[in-house]
Amino acid sequence: MPTAEPILVVENIVKRFETQDGVLTAVDDVSFNVMPGEFLSVIGPSGCGKSTLFNVMGGLLDGYEGRVMVGGDTVRGPHASVGMIFQEESTFPWRTVVDNVAFPLEIAGMAKTERIERARHFIDLVGLDGFERRYPAELSGGMRQRVSMARTLASEPKILLMDEPFAALDEQTRLLLGDKVLQIQEELKQTTLLITHNLTEAVQLSDRILVMTYRPGRTKRIVEIKLPRPRTSEVVGSDDFGRYGAQIWAELREEASKGLQDDESRVARDGGRRA
Amino acid sequence: MSARALMKRPAAPFVFGVACLLALIALIEVLIRAGLINPFIVPKPTEILWSFERIILEENVLPRFLLTCGEALAATLMLSVTGISLGVLLHRSRLVRLATETWIAALASAPLVLMYPLFLVIFGRSAWTIIMIAFVAALPPVILKTLEGLSGTRAVLINVGRSFKLTPSQLYWKILFPSALPTIFVGVRLGMIFALINIVGVEFLINFGGLGQLVNELSERYDLPGTYAAICFVILVSVMFFIGTERIERWLRPGT
Repeated sequence: MPTAEPILVVENIVKRFETQDGVLTAVDDVSFNVMPGEFLSVIGPSGCGKSTLFNVMGGLLDGYEGRVMVGGDTVRGPHASVGMIFQEESTFPWRTVVDNVAFPLEIAGMAKTERIERARHFIDLVGLDGFERRYPAELSGGMRQRVSMARTLASEPKILLMDEPFAALDEQTRLLLGDKVLQIQEELKQTTLLITHNLTEAVQLSDRILVMTYRPGRTKRIVEIKLPRPRTSEVVGSDDFGRYGAQIWAELREEASKGLQDDESRVARDGGRRA
Repeated sequence: MSARALMKRPAAPFVFGVACLLALIALIEVLIRAGLINPFIVPKPTEILWSFERIILEENVLPRFLLTCGEALAATLMLSVTGISLGVLLHRSRLVRLATETWIAALASAPLVLMYPLFLVIFGRSAWTIIMIAFVAALPPVILKTLEGLSGTRAVLINVGRSFKLTPSQLYWKILFPSALPTIFVGVRLGMIFALINIVGVEFLINFGGLGQLVNELSERYDLPGTYAAICFVILVSVMFFIGTERIERWLRPGT
């Protein structure tokens, strides 16, 4: 359960990009804390800077204002305590499932027998036992994302960052993989930060949800989800789930509309230029 | 067993390929016998087949075959090591890449075989002249494909490596290189084709051993079946090298 000291502190993050049309502020003064064992989701419309925030927290992006702290250390690059799961398929196609999962242990210099044994533990954890010797090309999209998850978990990060890991999957698979995430989180007490634009996924998994505004991305509201744990995907049928969904959608609708209008006006403008 | 079940067997594509080749040869035989193809330009496949025994026993084809194989192997090894290293250098240094990429691409289409007199002066009338011409002529595709493969590594795989705090060297050997291997092998195979063409061509031109010299001699004697049989041995060298590189690629990069 959360203790008094936050494990992840995000302070006044501002990230700007140079574009052809001038300077674009992707993230503007975003601050929040994550407590140990907590599951926080960041939700917002496409283009609100969620993935930028993910890369800043993971230490993959520099040149921003503000500060990210992990367990008291200021993040100045990829941090050993932070594990990242990416939106795109990121398994290594030339490695078997077990070799993929053992990758961070191999980098850490662990002996082969030991790392294979540990990799098997995490493969079991994500429910892929029996597929250890298969190559990613032989697996479905959902299975490949579970391999990525097991690989990141094998590095035993204090904080797990996930950037829309199930975005490419169908809704039913996504709900079932959500169950798997809940089960893992329950078992490992893993502090997790999920970047998503999927409302159902966010409510199903989270303790808190941070709603972001559309460009520039700012904190609009943080909603606490008081659904009972342990949870499963069955929670989506409950009245409370519906109420939380409606509440977050009320916050998100205006931002999503702005994003849609922005897209339409950009297409109209670019179309006009072409004509 | 039904025809559909037979077609599903793993050996079916190979058997089908061989059957197609045999059918084509039979068709050529029929067309020559029917007078539709001039036998003084294309000899009958049966005559080519009977000439194999003659060129093996009388024309010393085995040592020539081994010499061409040895030259091709030396050139392939040299161009793989050098071409891949130069491709890595171009990938790592933007300045070198921008300064040389266009020149290397232009070199790929240049008929370097015409420079054989220069190579003869440098290396003398030896196998090294042939190997070096093949090496230089076949280098550009290996360099360019190595560069393409390394540059084409998916950003997410590099980010995975960075998130696990890989050193630049680990990032190269554990992610960039294995990811680029299929494209690099396309380059090596292309290089091998260029190398073999140049090897046989220069053997033909400078009349120095190997299958190219045999093709030259047999064609000068107007021994058409023998010439085609010798060409079959050149094709055999090419097939052997293709199978070899495919095996090495599968060993180095399983799972594809």
